[in-house]
Amino acid sequence: MAESLRHTSVAPLSLGRRVKDNLVTLAAGGAVVLVLLPLAAILAYLLYKGVGSINWAFLTQTPKPVGEAGGGMANAIAGTALILLIASTVGVPIGIGAGIFLAEYGRNRFGDLVRFTADVLNGVPSIVVGIVAYGIVVISQGHFSALAGGAALAIMMIPTITRATEEMLLLVPNAVREAAYGLGVSRWRTTLSITLRTATSGVITGVMLAFARVAGETAPLLFTAFGNQYWNWNVNQPTAALSLQVFTYAISPFDEWHRQAWAGALILIVLIMGAVSAVRIAASRGMLKGAN
Amino acid sequence: MGVGIKVDKLNAWFGKTQALHDISIEVPANHATAVIGPSGCGKSTFVRCLNRMHETVPEARATGRVRMGDLDIYNGTSAVQIRRQIGMVFQKPNPFPTMSIYDNVAAGLRLNGFSDRKRLNEIVERSLKLSALWEEVKDTLKKKSGASLSGGQQQRLCIARALAVEPQVLLMDEPCSALDPISTGKIEELIFQLKEKFTIVIVTHNMQQASRVAEFTGFFLLGKLIEFDKTEKIFTTPSDKRTEDYITGRFG
Amino acid sequence: MGAQTRPLITAGSSRVSDGIFQAAMAACGVCVLGLVLVIVYELIAKSGLSWHAFGWKFFLRSEWDPVNEQFGALPFVYGTIVSSLLALLLAVPLAIGVAVFITEMCPPWLKGPIAFTTELLAAIPSVIYGLWAIFVLVPLLRTYVEPFLARYFGWTSGITHRLGFQGPFEGPPFGIGMLAAGMILAVMVVPIISSITREVMTAVPQQQREAVLALGATRWEMIRTGVLRNARAGILGGVILGLGRALGETMAVTMVIGNRPEIAASLFAPGYTMASVIANEFSEATGNVYLSALVEVGLALFLVTIVVNILAQVLVWSVTRGMPARSNG
Repeated sequence: MAESLRHTSVAPLSLGRRVKDNLVTLAAGGAVVLVLLPLAAILAYLLYKGVGSINWAFLTQTPKPVGEAGGGMANAIAGTALILLIASTVGVPIGIGAGIFLAEYGRNRFGDLVRFTADVLNGVPSIVVGIVAYGIVVISQGHFSALAGGAALAIMMIPTITRATEEMLLLVPNAVREAAYGLGVSRWRTTLSITLRTATSGVITGVMLAFARVAGETAPLLFTAFGNQYWNWNVNQPTAALSLQVFTYAISPFDEWHRQAWAGALILIVLIMGAVSAVRIAASRGMLKGAN
Repeated sequence: MGVGIKVDKLNAWFGKTQALHDISIEVPANHATAVIGPSGCGKSTFVRCLNRMHETVPEARATGRVRMGDLDIYNGTSAVQIRRQIGMVFQKPNPFPTMSIYDNVAAGLRLNGFSDRKRLNEIVERSLKLSALWEEVKDTLKKKSGASLSGGQQQRLCIARALAVEPQVLLMDEPCSALDPISTGKIEELIFQLKEKFTIVIVTHNMQQASRVAEFTGFFLLGKLIEFDKTEKIFTTPSDKRTEDYITGRFG
Repeated sequence: MGAQTRPLITAGSSRVSDGIFQAAMAACGVCVLGLVLVIVYELIAKSGLSWHAFGWKFFLRSEWDPVNEQFGALPFVYGTIVSSLLALLLAVPLAIGVAVFITEMCPPWLKGPIAFTTELLAAIPSVIYGLWAIFVLVPLLRTYVEPFLARYFGWTSGITHRLGFQGPFEGPPFGIGMLAAGMILAVMVVPIISSITREVMTAVPQQQREAVLALGATRWEMIRTGVLRNARAGILGGVILGLGRALGETMAVTMVIGNRPEIAASLFAPGYTMASVIANEFSEATGNVYLSALVEVGLALFLVTIVVNILAQVLVWSVTRGMPARSNG
């Protein structure tokens, strides 16, 4: 009896298989470490090299001429804010509008086309978006401008916001819409005051994520906003941006500028990480409140 | 006073599938009429045709004539306008999740442009009293959200919300099927009182409920109206054999 | 209560306002379509000059001479392909390893934090990757890694010389060059490949795993046959999506690749990518042909990334069957 059982189809768990299993677990864990290592290194270096240079002067002054120590990136921080503001005035309404269209009116072939196009738009390299914004805005204006930079960033924001808005609106149960229709509320009013309102925190999440993604972009600003060593509040003039400034300083041959590049990068990463983390925290609390 | 509904040869489709065949029925004013039948017989579809909710489903359509009093529901007015006069309570309570109790009840009025604050307060209070919820929530009207109430309370909130716009007819699509027996009892009691002011049509799969609350009952089967008569007669001496089979539990 | 009393609500039919609203929302949708059309139009229109001057051969020539207005994009195409493939070579095993660990091996309390940190990696802007690469990665390469590779893998030059070209680990170890570009790109595309792989692995139904386990498989064997095999197409899609990201990546690569329009077989040598040449030279390009040549490079980059991304989406969709796409960084 025991003899025949030994020849059954289930192979005994050999040492080889067990070793392999453990090795693979080790390898996978090793991969995680290898991947998290650069992250830790980058954040560590940013802190280490950047924190010392962040002081009141850095945050309030404009760059000093080459060779002089000191100065800051105040105009770059302001410039990023200005460009983001311009980008969102166009990008956020269109993005949310397209998202509403896809969720409420777009469950058809035309909607599929728009959805597909939004995903395509998401994958366009940012430098190419810069070329397009250059061609449309810079050429017609005759000079670089914050407007052009804002246009480029708006193009990049729209697909992210659109898909996020659509996803959030689809999470709102149909029963909520029906309740409104049953009261004799018109469709547009239902969509805005009931459906969108229920999905509000999720939509804000999407918008903030789009912001975070776009705030760090450099390539599309290289020949649209172009950069500026001085304060600029005129949307029709070249404007400084934090990401541009970090780039310019990093590739320069001056140590003083390298030091400031780290500081600027630290500020940039803090702003972005802050936005992403805030969104994550809000998502784990706020979103659930809305759609249930 | 409520008004009656007269339905004449109502047919309804979902795409190519026909859900209702030549329904003709007269729902009397200021009474409760029950609509019963096995699953899939078209009772929900029928009731949703009365306030034109049927057409919110893509590829759905209906033909025939439905009149509420003198008003032709399909040709005399828009769907949005008719729904302000024919209210609906759904199977699963669906208060607006981001709104307080007060805002929920006031929603139908506010979203349709009504803004008189003092009158709004009166209407909210009156509607909540009508739906027997006032005593339980009067202190937390604006603080608690509609979704934080229990199932039975939520449904009464939905009833109050529907009543706030002062409809003439109230449609109820299996309003108690998601509720516990105690809440069900409370709502049945409610229907009794509401009958005096409104015309009520209630879809139910619970025959005992039909006999408890409704004076008239219509029996639907496979999209057709088989029999419509006083509830007492339907349940004791039905004229059609199919009605009798359903009542006695031979199917459904 | 009823037909006699004045109705509370005097608002009328909403047909007109509903129509206007729907039109406005549809207009936003059309804007999205329009944007892509505008991009395509701009790129084609502005690259016309260069196209007429050089035709197809533009992508096969190596001469990049703005002074004499002779332009050929082969070095950039080469640089883009090599840096991206190198990045994938390094990133794919790591990304899959991370995904496997998170979905199948990780204790539940660790899942969230690791997933979150991988997403954080995706949120770091390209220019910051570049900054770190210049001042930390490149010196590392120059001082330790490249000499190490030259010493222990330099024998490969023996083989390649016989075939007529440089070895992969030949030449002075500047640090700056193709290897640096490939490595920083790898770090940047790991999050996206890993996140897609996780998504498709999670989409594999639990029954598949249980079926393999019931046959007496070890955990790794279960993962290999029960999950990875089923998710194959999706993982490939994730890899291709990573490729798409790598192809279009600009700033970090520009900062460490050396920006020399030459084709070299060695990984230690400087190179140039399509995105980098545009980033470096566009704002200073004098002359219409010069600008047009750069736009043509941009057009090619656009077309390649679009095709790659579409292919990737199709592959991912075939496994997840229409699960809503997450908005990745």
